[in-house]
Amino acid sequence: MAVITYREALRAAMREELQRDENVVVMGEEVAQFNGAYKVTEGLLKEFGPKRVVDTPISEAGFIGLGIGASMLGIRPVMELMFWSFSYVAFDQIVNNAGNIRYMSGGLINCPIVIRGPANGGTNVGATHSHTPEAILASHPGIKVVCPATPYDAKGLMKAAIRDNDPVYVMENTILYNDKGEVPEEDYIVPLGVADVKRVGTDLTIVAHGRAVITSLKAAEILEKEHGVSVEVVDLRSIRPLDEETILASVRKTHRALLVEENKPFCGVDAQVAYIIQAKAFDDLDAPIGRVSSIDAPQIYCKRMEDQQLPHAARVVEAALKVLA
Amino acid sequence: MAKPAVLTHPESLKKPAGPSDFAKHPINAALSKADKVALYTKMARIRHFEQRCIRTYQQGKIGGFLHLYVGQEAVAAGTISLLGKHDHIITGYRDHGHALMVGMSMNECMAELTGKVTGCSQGKGGSMHYFAPDKNYWGGHGIVGGQAPLGTGLAYAVKYKGLKGCCLAYMGDGAVNQGAVHEAYNLAALWDLPMIFVIENNGYSMGTSQERSTAHPGCLAKRAEGYGMAWDVINGHDVYEVRAKTDAAVKRAHEESKPTVLEIFTYRYFGHSMADPDKTYRDKDEIKEYREKKDPVLLFENELLAEGVLTPATRDAINEAAMAEADVAATFAEESPDPTVADITKHIYWEEDNRGPNSTSRGTIIFE
Repeated sequence: MAVITYREALRAAMREELQRDENVVVMGEEVAQFNGAYKVTEGLLKEFGPKRVVDTPISEAGFIGLGIGASMLGIRPVMELMFWSFSYVAFDQIVNNAGNIRYMSGGLINCPIVIRGPANGGTNVGATHSHTPEAILASHPGIKVVCPATPYDAKGLMKAAIRDNDPVYVMENTILYNDKGEVPEEDYIVPLGVADVKRVGTDLTIVAHGRAVITSLKAAEILEKEHGVSVEVVDLRSIRPLDEETILASVRKTHRALLVEENKPFCGVDAQVAYIIQAKAFDDLDAPIGRVSSIDAPQIYCKRMEDQQLPHAARVVEAALKVLA
Repeated sequence: MAKPAVLTHPESLKKPAGPSDFAKHPINAALSKADKVALYTKMARIRHFEQRCIRTYQQGKIGGFLHLYVGQEAVAAGTISLLGKHDHIITGYRDHGHALMVGMSMNECMAELTGKVTGCSQGKGGSMHYFAPDKNYWGGHGIVGGQAPLGTGLAYAVKYKGLKGCCLAYMGDGAVNQGAVHEAYNLAALWDLPMIFVIENNGYSMGTSQERSTAHPGCLAKRAEGYGMAWDVINGHDVYEVRAKTDAAVKRAHEESKPTVLEIFTYRYFGHSMADPDKTYRDKDEIKEYREKKDPVLLFENELLAEGVLTPATRDAINEAAMAEADVAATFAEESPDPTVADITKHIYWEEDNRGPNSTSRGTIIFE
């Protein structure tokens, strides 16, 4: 297997799907001539030309809405948001139109659109550019949301998203773009709604998604080496659909659960995960469910403090020890 | 600062309503007697369907909002009568007239209003959310102006596929101040999309007149100039004029792949919706004036009587048949079943409704 970056994995997924299906179009701000604000789409214009790889003006409500309309007629747009934070100016299109059209038409109209881009804090850019809207968007039936943490998952989830016949919102992470991992060269997908046990353990289950998975894996190392604790890390990969079975199977094995995410705590993804665990595995729990989220404030600019605001390994270790106490 | 009073109105609106200046326009001259009767019949059907809706609403059988198209019939009738196989339409929430024009049945439209499973959207959309993609009718959209980018996407898809077609996106005069509409204008012009934005200017965005809502030194369509787009103003009480001027825009879209903004001056006889008591923002005399002197159905009727296409007897037969059809639809809607509780969670996701061994989607997607 080739070792490539998370960024290259995303690009390979788009490249292969552009080759596979002539209706796939990559569209967004700076995706073509500029080669992508984060170089995810680098080289695609040269290979596929301006009909398939399209630069848009800074006009999210306009071009996202255009993509949704085009998808209703069978085009399969892969739309880049330079930041998911910018989705807020296109919220009516993303939620009301993409999310509701199949339902309100009694199943007559489909919306096979992918919207992708980074959704993360931790880059020292202040509150407006640091939103993580997976919980907000996943709370709308009709919408699917995935958050890959590794190059393998980034490629597999992106390909599944492009082939999926519903709107799928792929939330990437700029901090992970240079992370490397093994990625098969042959065609594969990671189906939406299938979690992955990234580390096997027996004493504690950590449930995480996105970059919080990487943070949790670091914490698991420390917990094993310094505290002799065996931690299992479940990577959700997909927020909606959600793999309840993998979460519950792990908790039934370890009897303790810690939930880690980079969202703010109020109504975060883990609020739903905690509800599911207590509703379906209450008798299996030996301790209250623990939780680590970002500190509940708009994202702070100061880099030293932003690193504290986001979940980091030391905070995860501390929270894990409380759940284990 | 005083508002400039220079309004750009269609020439025909500056004189008393009478015989159409556009009856002999080639696009209208090409209509056979049967075509004209069919067009009149469609307008009459919209009128009687909407009036039957009022009764059904007053009987408490229609919930939510009900935005009527009475008075605006010539807009949908004139524009949609020009469209072919690869032409698409999308509109806002005042969507019944367009639905009947594309060939949706009164039964499915009325049943949707009463929330029945036999409705066009199986009781999941309601008045504002009619859909018939098999007839190139993409809704029925509830948020003012939100359909403009979608329509631009339909035009984009038509062009992408190399088809000779276009998309007409209808909106009210209130929508012209929404950002999404301007973003759609920019994209349509920037990318030379076969797109026609149709502003159905009925004078009021809900209860707010244009003078109170819109900084417009000219007409609303003129804003197209800021995007380098062609535009025109149309007397929406005259279906012949609507056809003649819209045809130029359709040709521009088909032949040159260029967008157009059309502002069609029209008038609604009832409130913004049935929830609007219609007592605060306009005079009863104004409504009376339009009803008596500029009624689009009546004007076309007079036109066709003068042409000898209609006789009083055929006119009456058409109207009686339309009323009877609307009554049948009301009964059909009343007797149709509701969707079931199990139906609430269908049609959310294609992949969920069509799960198979090769599905791209697994896991829990509908939550308890």
